[in-house]
Amino acid sequence: MTVPEVVVDVVLKPEISDPQGQAVLGALGRLGHAGVRSVRQGKHFVLEVDGVPDEAELRKIAETLLANPVIEDVELHLPTD
Amino acid sequence: MRIGVITFPGSLDDVDAARAVRLAGGEPVALWHADDDLADVDAVVLPGGFSYGDYLRAGAIAARAPLMRSVIDRAHQGLPVLGICNGFQVLCEAGLLPGALTRNSHLHFRNRDQGLLVERADTAWTSSYAQGQTIVVPVKNGEGRYVAADADLDRLEGEGRVVVRYVGGNPNGSSRDIAGVTSADGRVVGLMPHPEHAVEDLTGPSTDGLGFFSSVLKAVVSA
Repeated sequence: MTVPEVVVDVVLKPEISDPQGQAVLGALGRLGHAGVRSVRQGKHFVLEVDGVPDEAELRKIAETLLANPVIEDVELHLPTD
Repeated sequence: MRIGVITFPGSLDDVDAARAVRLAGGEPVALWHADDDLADVDAVVLPGGFSYGDYLRAGAIAARAPLMRSVIDRAHQGLPVLGICNGFQVLCEAGLLPGALTRNSHLHFRNRDQGLLVERADTAWTSSYAQGQTIVVPVKNGEGRYVAADADLDRLEGEGRVVVRYVGGNPNGSSRDIAGVTSADGRVVGLMPHPEHAVEDLTGPSTDGLGFFSSVLKAVVSA
């Protein structure tokens, strides 16, 4: 039996500049990948949880610790089956 | 006058902060992040460093340390709290100060002597200065770029919550050259530069930083 996995992606809010993403974009240009228009860097968390995932609790975890709501947005991905 | 200095795993500047407290005439009290309460200190300093290796986000894990619950409770009752560099990051993560500190816009760690314009000389930590005074203290950070939503920055400036602003160049791309901010009641102050490294002629670029630590002694007496 597999343990349910919950995925949380954390991305910088659109209005917060991302110098790391810009540095990656610069490197891509030097490597000849001219077709990439922008890069935004974020974080990807995989949580194994006991029992049925509690969406409200997981959203709280995502929004109060995994992300800083001042500068970041979260995307919560619960198991679909 | 007992001034607590909290050491987190990865704090670097706790000893310098304690030394600055002593040079200003206070009694430094060493506190450990896992302690349950603040005992009987009259004010608290959160020092610079890299608590928890900056894992997750700078200051994020430290802001949830056991002792921080007590710091947050007491700060809401008016306890003077100063966050320097990583300490500033912790205070923002703990919700005691607005905004957030992010990776420097140029991506480099920047270490230099920095001019600061004192815009608020009436907080618990800056009353030894004159409003409009320029001081020079070291700045050293990799994630010191102060950011907040434009509307929040407008509000902070409108309320006079900017305590110190960078002059002579912005070392990290901080919004509107903001180097430090205060809580609405002027008791909690956070800044990225390091006043505790500018307290003696032998080791600092000036002794301009001493004012932060002498200010709080007066704030505690008058509280």
